[in-house]
Amino acid sequence: MSQTVDARGLSCPQPVLDTLAAIREMGKGEIVVLVDTEASKENVSRAAESKGWRVAEVAETGSEYRISIVRE
Amino acid sequence: MPGKNVFATLLGIVAVGAGIGILAALLQYWGNPGNMGICVACFERDIAGAMGLHRAAVVQYLRPEIIGFVLGSLGAAVLFGDFRPRAGSAPIVRFFLGVFAMIGALVFLGCPWRALLRLAGGDGSALFGLLGLVAGVGLGTLFLKGGYNLGRAQKTHFSVGLLMPLFMAGLLLLMFLYPQLPGEPQSGVLFYSLKGPGAMHAPLIVSLLVGLAVGFAAQRSRFCTMGAFRDLILFGQKHLLLGVVALLAFAFAANLVLGQFNPGFEGQPVAHTMQLWNFLGMALAGLAFALAGGCPGRQLFLAGEGDGDAAVFVLGMIFGAALAHNFGLASSPKGIGPNGLAAVAVGFAFCVFVGLTMRKQSA
Repeated sequence: MSQTVDARGLSCPQPVLDTLAAIREMGKGEIVVLVDTEASKENVSRAAESKGWRVAEVAETGSEYRISIVRE
Repeated sequence: MPGKNVFATLLGIVAVGAGIGILAALLQYWGNPGNMGICVACFERDIAGAMGLHRAAVVQYLRPEIIGFVLGSLGAAVLFGDFRPRAGSAPIVRFFLGVFAMIGALVFLGCPWRALLRLAGGDGSALFGLLGLVAGVGLGTLFLKGGYNLGRAQKTHFSVGLLMPLFMAGLLLLMFLYPQLPGEPQSGVLFYSLKGPGAMHAPLIVSLLVGLAVGFAAQRSRFCTMGAFRDLILFGQKHLLLGVVALLAFAFAANLVLGQFNPGFEGQPVAHTMQLWNFLGMALAGLAFALAGGCPGRQLFLAGEGDGDAAVFVLGMIFGAALAHNFGLASSPKGIGPNGLAAVAVGFAFCVFVGLTMRKQSA
């Protein structure tokens, strides 16, 4: 099960709010979060980890980040 | 420069907050006004005065700290590959949020940074401002939970992201072209206060260097006083708050060492004791910061890293400062301005209007 949160272009704290909403909805599994600032990347990773999710992968393409967070 | 961002760690944010606290106390020691080593709102107001946008003769000085914040942030962003030109997320709304944030801050007499510095200097009235800040930010989180959203920004040309740094560089150039002349209220196109807070300042080069250092470190660490309380209320997260606590603690310690700690309520520098208005002014500012996504310092750092919308917020604050002094909205040590009450009411009405109506789903 996987879900994608497209937070590109959204400013703080929207990427974190959207990620946490997906976390609440999913409970476990994989969520892919797309962001385009380094601050959002850090904030989303920090928020996910605080909810017991693991940052599995951060891929940078151009000026965007694709963050994969998982909870088994 | 790839690799882990040490400034974004727990130790990083605490070190940045501590550094700002110490440097702010030192700037006061070197000449800045009392409990105003750094005040983003006051300094932008002084810049508005230096450009003659308002003619309050006691608050006119082109503060190099503000210029340094933007250019230091630009330097850090470019060096670490974090310069990302973007714009187009409800700029007109951000402009007016900046206007009312400034008006609220000038009813209290300080931005959140200065609220902390006032407390660290012993000014008890700052407590009411900080309570107001938390209340305003708390109100803002209710709108955020209700779906309030300014919408997406778009990636854009590098020139767009450079405009605010270039504007700041231009202001600095004006300062070199038209330096302060002893006893003269004007030099070329720039106004300079002869008395009052605007006449109190650290040497230009010192202010500029401190501004550059703070801008650099704050861009990397994402230091934000509004975010500190927002993240705590909204997510239970204390990361940014620890930076704010460090600022307060180290400014307090530095003030003790420098002999700048004078506890009390009456007779505090550039402050009034109308506590309800200290609370309400900062509550309005806090709400506007929360709706705009950053405290005034953070907006400068964002503008430095290419955020054209944050740049518009900054311009809104400068415009708001001009209005505040031209319309009698700003407070003075005697108390609130003749029209401060009305302006705070209009400001809250504006913020609630925006907060309730801008609820487009982001997905």
